[in-house]
Amino acid sequence: MTHPLPGPLLQMTGMTKQYPGCLANDAVNLTVERNQIHALLGENGAGKSTLVKMIYGVTRPDAGTVIWDGAKVTIANPHQAQRLGIGMVFQHFSLFETLTVAENIALGLGSAAERVGLRERILRISTEYGLPLEPDRVVHDLSVGERQRIEIVRCLLQNPKLLIMDEPTSVLTPNEAQALFGTLRRLAAEGCSILYISHKLEEVRALCSVATIMRQGRNVASCRPAEKTVRELAEIMIAADLSTPTPRPARVGTARPRLVLDRLTVRSPHQFGTDLKDISLSVAGGEILGIAGIAGNGQNELMDALSGEILAGRPETIWLDGQPAGHLGPRERRLAGGCFIPEERNGHGAVTTMTLAENALLSGFGQGGLVRFGLIDVGRTVAFAERIISRFDVRTSGAQAEARSLSGGNLQKFLVGREVLQDPGVLIINQPTWGVDAGAALAIHEAIMALARQGAAVLVISQDLDEVFVLADQVAVIAGGRLSAPVPTGSVTVEDMGRLMGGAAHAEV
Amino acid sequence: MLKFEPRGAESPFWRYAAPVLALLLTGVTAGLIFAVMGRPPGRTVYTLLVAPLLQQDGLEALVVKAAPLILMGVGLSLAYRANVWNIGTDGQFTLGAICGGGVGLAFPDAPAWALYPLMLLAGAAGGMASGGVVAWLRVRFNANEILTSLMFAYITQYLLVWLVTGPWRDPMGFGFPQTALFSDAAQAPRLIAETNVHLGIALAPLAALALWVMLEKTLLGFQFRVLGQAARAARFAGFRETRLIWVAMLISGGLAGLAGLLEVTGTLGQLTTTLSPGYGFTAIIVAFLGRLSPLGVVPAGLLLALTYLGGDAAQINLGLPNAITGIFQGILLFYLLGCDILLNNRLRWRRRGPVPT
Repeated sequence: MTHPLPGPLLQMTGMTKQYPGCLANDAVNLTVERNQIHALLGENGAGKSTLVKMIYGVTRPDAGTVIWDGAKVTIANPHQAQRLGIGMVFQHFSLFETLTVAENIALGLGSAAERVGLRERILRISTEYGLPLEPDRVVHDLSVGERQRIEIVRCLLQNPKLLIMDEPTSVLTPNEAQALFGTLRRLAAEGCSILYISHKLEEVRALCSVATIMRQGRNVASCRPAEKTVRELAEIMIAADLSTPTPRPARVGTARPRLVLDRLTVRSPHQFGTDLKDISLSVAGGEILGIAGIAGNGQNELMDALSGEILAGRPETIWLDGQPAGHLGPRERRLAGGCFIPEERNGHGAVTTMTLAENALLSGFGQGGLVRFGLIDVGRTVAFAERIISRFDVRTSGAQAEARSLSGGNLQKFLVGREVLQDPGVLIINQPTWGVDAGAALAIHEAIMALARQGAAVLVISQDLDEVFVLADQVAVIAGGRLSAPVPTGSVTVEDMGRLMGGAAHAEV
Repeated sequence: MLKFEPRGAESPFWRYAAPVLALLLTGVTAGLIFAVMGRPPGRTVYTLLVAPLLQQDGLEALVVKAAPLILMGVGLSLAYRANVWNIGTDGQFTLGAICGGGVGLAFPDAPAWALYPLMLLAGAAGGMASGGVVAWLRVRFNANEILTSLMFAYITQYLLVWLVTGPWRDPMGFGFPQTALFSDAAQAPRLIAETNVHLGIALAPLAALALWVMLEKTLLGFQFRVLGQAARAARFAGFRETRLIWVAMLISGGLAGLAGLLEVTGTLGQLTTTLSPGYGFTAIIVAFLGRLSPLGVVPAGLLLALTYLGGDAAQINLGLPNAITGIFQGILLFYLLGCDILLNNRLRWRRRGPVPT
């Protein structure tokens, strides 16, 4: 492609957006050159999403100038953004599971005329850019990687000049991610710039030629990521020296098992969920078992089966501290020494419209005399919440703040603290640092390791391989509802794990 | 351009101001309707809302009307906080009246100390049975309680009509569709002699207080609140949804049944084909006007009782149709639900057009 006008593709200056009680963007500048893969980095809450939403016309800026392709524009809505040549692939896909690939793409098109020859165009684009797709497959049969390809093809049909990718690899296997990078490089070479948002600094170093780094709603730096180390990039992002978590001493396998699963088989209550098949494992006191896997391979079902939200058929399939627990509800499992932290904070691990004190009660009502004779002891409940807040450095106005007023990272710290302070014998945690900034992630990792040092058995389910490797003594992979045999962390490589995650997922019928 | 902007947190001020604003808007709208009908709006609103209180027995009539509304509204506020949408309190009210009243009719010669407590129990049990069926259908078959509870309200009404025109009709009643009068022992005890101020007027605020303590101070109440705000979080905590649905339906049904029994033994004195002038539906408005707080239900019940009295007065003094009460209540519910947007949003003037550069 050739352009009549030289100069950058997109130039934004002084972009400002004020939300109630929060200046999300404060005079932010961003320049994306043609043929460039440009990284947008920052912690959660740094203002990346706000900036991107302004580019895509979802949010109107309060102030700022946007120069697109050499002309000043106001982007009023996503439709206009698409007409200008801006496409966006969101972190959460908007696909109808019961429709085919082609039908899903057709739904996104503006007029009937655009549907002419759609199948052929889908096939042409998907082969040209290395995005294999079968137009007639039904979406609910597809892996997350394939679903992402639908979204990308949907954007490419509009011939975009700029493609915005929001955390695209968070749901991909290492192999799928490599394939995606190939596609993105090819797109950039052919004249479609990429704005790439990611937490994964290693990827950004490999893929992106320029990075804009944001912190607290402002630009803080612009650099060539390849010239910096991951650590340096992270330090610019959070403006602090990162201390790595203390390496864990190798465990001697003499401690008694505190969590045992014996051929756990559970049907998923959800129509397109994943059934759990014959899952067996054993976690000793002081040990951390990490379960890696791509989203949607049974992690949520496993979490619910362990917390007691789904009951297992036989009591003897789950043992908590030597007690058969498969038939017990969440309440009884907590009494047996279990504590649980689900992936979803809003409306699952916490009630967003309730105060932190009330949220402390949500899983803590059985402990520490918070409830006596059915009456809530408000004083003790508030004190418990305040203890969590101070011990885990939760940034909030206090125990009476509503949970929804906290950022994702702070709420997660609170929820981890709520369970850890109940001194569990067995802690089960799903996606401990999902959508959490680097500082909070470190604090959460340290809390998990400290708990294990005190002798608790910890099961960590995570899609973040790095996290699994940092935390776990033993690792296993969940794919298609089956669990691979746990092996010591030192004996496998990231590539081995990636193959297990991807291979098994595709072999699943 | 007027725009709503999210506040980020619920406004404590509007929590209490929103119902007041709704009330004002209702007054203005009702006034406009009266003006269009060719009535002096000021005087009509006065007749509706002020004049009834200034009458000789105004306050007495008010509390007597309010008692069943408060009893039912209190139960509904609990159920609604748990997202259990019991719409059929009118039926539970009626079944309570039938069961309790039936006991009274069956033992006309029994002494009061034995008979009336038994009638109270039977009334509450009738309401609980009616609510329990709804709970069972929801828990067992996942049948939507909005539909089932409403349908049971109609079934119960026909049961009542059949009873008072058939097997229970007073043989000495000249063929009128009504039962015999209750014996003296089967009348609700009076708190003040020679008035209609009966036992229910004391029970209603007590029930409000008890349920408020339950909802705000106990673990059981906390479970209802969590279930209503985040059902998945309730499962995570280990609160059993089926049990909470049962409890919510039994309490709201039982209180409605009690209200029905108190109404027939406190004011009507017998069973007739129309026991409730839509109390069960008005109680829904009462519950929302009271911000789904059992304590808030008390003033809300008094206000809605006033609309009944005012409707009667407007009919007699101004020749307005009786439907005026229903219209007034409907407008009020409309504004109540509408004004709730101010809880979590603020109204802002925003300039339209291009973004300033």
